[in-house]
Amino acid sequence: MKSLRTWFESGSPWVWLSAGAVSLCLIAVFGLIYLIAVNGLPHFWPARIAEIDYRDADGARQILIGEIVDRELKTGADRASGGEAQVLMKLGNRDIYGLDFRWVSERGITRIEYPREIIAVEREEWGNLYGYLAGVEEGGRRVVSADDPIAELGARLGRRHELKARISHIEKDLIGGVNYEMENLRLRQRRLELDGVKDPGSFAAIRDSQKALEAEYERLNGDLAKLNEDIGRDGIVVRVAGGQEVKLPVAKVIRVYQPNRMSVAEKLGHYVEKIGEFVSGDPREANTEGGIFPAIFGTVLMVLIMAIVVTPFGVLAAVYLREYAKQGLFTRIIRIAVNNLAGVPSIVYGVFGLGFFVYFVGGTIDRWFFPEALPAPTFGTGGLLWCSVTLALLTVPVVIVATEEGLARIPSEFREGSYALGATKAETLWRIVLPMASPAIMTGLILAVARAAGEVAPLMMVGVVKLAPSLGLDGSFPYLHLDRKIMHLGFHIYDVGFQSPNVEAARPLVYATALLLVLVIVALNLTAIRIRNRLREKYRAAEY
Amino acid sequence: MDTANERRTAPSGLTHGFDPKLLQRTEPKVTREADVKECLGVQGLNLYYGEKRALNAITMSIPERQVTAFIGPSGCGKSTLLRCFNRMNDLYDSVRIEGAIHLQNKNIYDPDVNVADLRRRIGMVFQKPNPFPKSVYENVAYGLRLQGINKRRTLDQAVERSLKAAALWDEVKERLNESAMALSGGQQQRLVIARAIAIEPEVLLLDEPASALDPISTLKIEDLMYELKSKYTIVIVTHNMQQAARVSDYTALMYVGDLIEFDDTKVIFTNPKKKQTEDYITGRYG
Repeated sequence: MKSLRTWFESGSPWVWLSAGAVSLCLIAVFGLIYLIAVNGLPHFWPARIAEIDYRDADGARQILIGEIVDRELKTGADRASGGEAQVLMKLGNRDIYGLDFRWVSERGITRIEYPREIIAVEREEWGNLYGYLAGVEEGGRRVVSADDPIAELGARLGRRHELKARISHIEKDLIGGVNYEMENLRLRQRRLELDGVKDPGSFAAIRDSQKALEAEYERLNGDLAKLNEDIGRDGIVVRVAGGQEVKLPVAKVIRVYQPNRMSVAEKLGHYVEKIGEFVSGDPREANTEGGIFPAIFGTVLMVLIMAIVVTPFGVLAAVYLREYAKQGLFTRIIRIAVNNLAGVPSIVYGVFGLGFFVYFVGGTIDRWFFPEALPAPTFGTGGLLWCSVTLALLTVPVVIVATEEGLARIPSEFREGSYALGATKAETLWRIVLPMASPAIMTGLILAVARAAGEVAPLMMVGVVKLAPSLGLDGSFPYLHLDRKIMHLGFHIYDVGFQSPNVEAARPLVYATALLLVLVIVALNLTAIRIRNRLREKYRAAEY
Repeated sequence: MDTANERRTAPSGLTHGFDPKLLQRTEPKVTREADVKECLGVQGLNLYYGEKRALNAITMSIPERQVTAFIGPSGCGKSTLLRCFNRMNDLYDSVRIEGAIHLQNKNIYDPDVNVADLRRRIGMVFQKPNPFPKSVYENVAYGLRLQGINKRRTLDQAVERSLKAAALWDEVKERLNESAMALSGGQQQRLVIARAIAIEPEVLLLDEPASALDPISTLKIEDLMYELKSKYTIVIVTHNMQQAARVSDYTALMYVGDLIEFDDTKVIFTNPKKKQTEDYITGRYG
């Protein structure tokens, strides 16, 4: 008893308690990252494909081909009757079976094999196709090929990818450019009409340009048709489980591989390739396949613009509150109000952004500067700028508070030293105080970025969409398109996880995207922290 | 503690009241005083912190190109008085000032005075070395850049001249672009002096410039003052009476906001007219 008391008096229980709290936090954080990684990353690993003989409850025999993704004991009444296990198979071939996944009772499985010849076909539509390669076609005729149809297919896939690249170049860059120009011309013409210009010369010039563009468009379209014909030449025939033969144009095939034949090194190569595609590719199939590059790009771009908007505003407000305003009841009230702003639910900012920025400010901008585009809104609808500005509003209190603290921490002797040399207040602020407060400003920015990058709810109202046709930053003037809609990782997670047609198949992607979102935020923060540390080093005040 | 030190180490000749020989030595001062021109004239200066009066009707004349020391116990208002000369007290809202200080026949508290200009003419060095977190070079060039001087040649020359005048050039000429924060305390204080004289003020106010420094650095600062007084009027606040005796030509003793006695340093230390002064410098109170 006495030893317990001395133990309490020694203070070590508090050490244990506080250390325990820290460990719990660490475990929670690492557990979270581990969970996300474990659920998300294996998605890209080429899993073995099983062929099973299955007798269902009625005794009908079936052959199923697919990945075995999960196994669990039956629940409730089923377990009471038999207590058996069931496995979840990803059968693919959604166009044929209608479903990607199927639970099969383990008792019904009479044979499991992993034939080396099974192929997995990654398609542009309908998800994966599993089966045996029955043959390769060219122009509708079966190619009399060597014993190795896979190699034969490989060459044709190479040709397909090359053609596809050319098609997408024409579609996206060239035709997209022409369309952009056409739209500009249309707007210019409308503008002239609105301005009441009667001079037929200007209209004629526009019509000439339109004619030239139309000719260009026709030419490109011709090229495109020819390429499409070319790419449609080849096809493959796949024999799926059950013996049915499925024809598939090579144009729709992205990748064909034989997971059961692959060595570990090959699988690793495949894995890296898939992750590369995930990070840098465009999404397909209602976002459940392909990459999420536009979402990463949108998130980062939006956060950067937010940082550019929020820093000057927050810093100026803090400077006024701390340096210029007479300290008293009024400034205290303002300070409390600012602090409370940080606690307003983010969806409220979304509503405000929609009502004020999008409808009011955006609508006004449209009326003043883009009347030719009306009734189609330019800034009067959600977009990159409004996302950034809404988030800036959401995070400005953090920057104000951090900057104010930084300003308050600067010893008065530095200010006095500057005043004593004949500096005015503004000069002292600009040359001495703000540089010295810059690490604190960066701290505010780090918190702001962390908050902003993860925010989803308000963005759904002010310009984040499921699929944005083009990035906010590209090669056509004015390069930064503040009016465009953007994709966002956070919204992407919600969309893929709950709004996609195939939630079950997309679940690993949800985790993978979440992991990527965490990584993006960490990367943004680390960059900001590095900048802050350099500033700290530079403006370290005397310590003695 | 300061005064205890004083008592132990001050030369006995200085601490005892009446010594005819010493009085003899101070006699030529009368003629000297006639030569000395007034630099700063203080007339009936009252200063209030809110309701509290911190300076009582101070009237004194600070001579040009001499070192004037303010001594007195803590809280006697000597630093406050010093900060009146470059209107540093303006920074505090609660401070109210009555009376006048004339710099070359112009009251610096006149409403039409530009405070920034005034502070360019009256430089100040603080108790704690406060170099800016910039390079040595940029510290010295700061005041010049404020005046819009950005020509590299002009700045280079001014930096070298000021650092030489502050007896720091030899120590830092190789590291002009390094952070001033890396210098030692004594070097920092001399850097601050160099920074102050780079803009060529008329007056240099030193607020206990050596109190945060080690004895050797203190000695260097004191030597520097001796050098600088040929060009600048120097006013120094010090706790250390030996220092006042060593470096100053004139000494003012202050006590709770009053100017008790202001005279030639030798007179103050050897033949003070007031009992209070004698008590203070002999360490009987303070």
